[in-house]
Amino acid sequence: MEMTLTRWWNNKRFRHLLIQVILVGFILAGFFFFSTNTIVNLRRLGVPVGLDFLSNVAGFPVATSLIPIPVDASNGYLLLVGIINTFTVSIISVVIATVVGFIVGIARLSPNPLFTLLATTYVESLRNIPLLLFIVFWYFGVLASLPALRQSLSFGDVLFLNQRGLFLPRPIALPGSTGFLLIMAIAILGVIALAVWVRRRQALTGRLFPFWSTAGGTLLGALVLALLVFGRPLHLEYPQLQGFNFQGGFVILPELLALCAALGLYHAAYIAENVRSGFLSIGKGQWEAATSLGLRRGAILRLIAIPQAMRVIVPPLSNQFLNVVKNSTLAVAIGYPEMVSIFAGTVLNQTGRAIECIFITMLFYLIVSLVITSFTNWYNRRVQVVER
Amino acid sequence: MKKQRQLASIGMAAALVLLGWATASAGTLDQVKQNGKVRCGVNTGQPGFSAPNEKGEWHGIDSDLCKAVAAAVFGDPNKVEFKPLSSEQRFTALQTGEIDMLSRNSTWTLSRDTQLGLDFVAVNYYDGQGFMVRKNSGVKSALELKGASVCVQQGTTTEKNLGDFNTQHQLNFKVVTFKDSAEARPAYDEGRCDAYTTDASGLAGERTALKSPEDHVILPEIISKEPLGPAVRHGDNQWADIVRWAHYVTVIAEEKGITQGNVDDVKKSSQDPEVQRLLGVTDKMGEGMGLSKDWAYNIIKAVGNYGEIFERNIGTSTPIRLDRGLNALWNKGGLQYAPPVR
Repeated sequence: MEMTLTRWWNNKRFRHLLIQVILVGFILAGFFFFSTNTIVNLRRLGVPVGLDFLSNVAGFPVATSLIPIPVDASNGYLLLVGIINTFTVSIISVVIATVVGFIVGIARLSPNPLFTLLATTYVESLRNIPLLLFIVFWYFGVLASLPALRQSLSFGDVLFLNQRGLFLPRPIALPGSTGFLLIMAIAILGVIALAVWVRRRQALTGRLFPFWSTAGGTLLGALVLALLVFGRPLHLEYPQLQGFNFQGGFVILPELLALCAALGLYHAAYIAENVRSGFLSIGKGQWEAATSLGLRRGAILRLIAIPQAMRVIVPPLSNQFLNVVKNSTLAVAIGYPEMVSIFAGTVLNQTGRAIECIFITMLFYLIVSLVITSFTNWYNRRVQVVER
Repeated sequence: MKKQRQLASIGMAAALVLLGWATASAGTLDQVKQNGKVRCGVNTGQPGFSAPNEKGEWHGIDSDLCKAVAAAVFGDPNKVEFKPLSSEQRFTALQTGEIDMLSRNSTWTLSRDTQLGLDFVAVNYYDGQGFMVRKNSGVKSALELKGASVCVQQGTTTEKNLGDFNTQHQLNFKVVTFKDSAEARPAYDEGRCDAYTTDASGLAGERTALKSPEDHVILPEIISKEPLGPAVRHGDNQWADIVRWAHYVTVIAEEKGITQGNVDDVKKSSQDPEVQRLLGVTDKMGEGMGLSKDWAYNIIKAVGNYGEIFERNIGTSTPIRLDRGLNALWNKGGLQYAPPVR
């Protein structure tokens, strides 16, 4: 054992440990104090604490969801409805933001001055508008420009567009649909297996295989076979104007349209800047080398520039995805029922369970953010330089 | 602005989680006297109920009740600190002790009275939920609205009443829920909804703000009871008595014909023993609540009687143009009734 001349309280390692223990102790004590204080005071006021309210009937209507909403839905079920609606708007907006962001970002670097001017105007004006204003602008812009219910735009009596939304036919599964889906699933799996085999063979031997024609033929054959054996798999239910609204069919509300457009286009401006910085990070020599090899601009982008730019683009991209999800809470202003609107808004109000509702909502956003971050971290590792 | 308010309300609730529940319940009166003011939670702006004017002074029947309580406690109606609250914030603010009383057009319901740690003590406006539709829709009754799109504001009993009405009559409403009237009203105006629903008193005000008010009608059905009134924290009976009787004093004053203008004369010359007891001429009724003997005199002097408060803020001479209706005195066919001063 090492001999030491310092006293034990002057020992560096011991001091570090002691400070950490004291800090953790303070945090725990503070947490304990505040939580017991809360519970004791709530009890004294006669306010019930717990999650039992989740199973009570909510008793208020919600406009839309991908899942059916029974009239006697519980608060917990509406929490699920809110989460699904948040995901719906977030996923659509993330796709719009990414696609538009990439196009605008690349356009800003284009040699064509018109493209550059348009892209610069887009980015600079959107980045300087508060998002809430932009959402409200889109909503009332959409509402004001769409025709009234009676003057619906009709596309072949199948699609209808008016102030109440976009009405689409809804597919309804017929009895033979399971077998139909089974055959198609087998065919698709077969094509995927073929693709893997083709790639591996090409990598090993360099021999090519007519993949696209084989795959197309397989899928078409499977489709004909499935139709012959099981008949038509679905029936389309068309929306029909009855009384005050279209009945039947599937409706995309104007709130959702406006929100996705606003969130998608707004965050596209930020993503465009990420993309631009990504491309600017590529050395000039890379472009020159690719050009001297005789590659066209499209091929240079696809094969040389984008793979290298992704290393710079991906980390801040995850930040933008998080922002899209978090900013979807602004939906409450234009009446789209997402998580915060339904749960931290109406349910909180109707039940008075502020602590529980806010806690669950924060927990939800924390989990979603962590999931998105770990996914983009994984993707980031994939696109980084693989050192051999 | 909306975003800030939303953030503020969420932030406030979150702060609660972090900070724990402040300790405050017994002895609100002592607390109020120590602070030198009544901290009163009001609506962020509902004309006629509580809204600041261009000078930042609060007006409305709800904010007048806050002034009445301040007059009863301090003899000075200006010793009020108005705390504008969103509908999500209101009950939490009361529970935590952030405010001493809530006077924010809140509906008295069983679950709110029993599960939120607060007590409703009076009803200063009897309201009910109604519908507004376009005249050219030809709708004469809310029961004809089968399948209609309905615009509604979030965080009110309105949402739940609409759900009950929908279920009960199987109307299959398509409900569009907005954060507040600043979005719900223009959405209805643009044609997003066939009908707009909120408390009937609110509809009257909302209609005046539409592009062409004369094209819209308020349907006759009232689908719910909405007794709006002040609330205090559960368990402080003395403070509950003060707020309750601050309202009753205004009702009794109207019944007895005492107004802001004539209260001094009445105090000097009235031979009515009940009026003498009320105004502290022959009795010290206020002492039972820890108040001075001229507490009721101070209230009437400060805000007038219930009829005056009503006419000044929401009556037929104001832009809100509401009839007394259910809010007439009990002896004039309404529901406003106060227990005797004895």
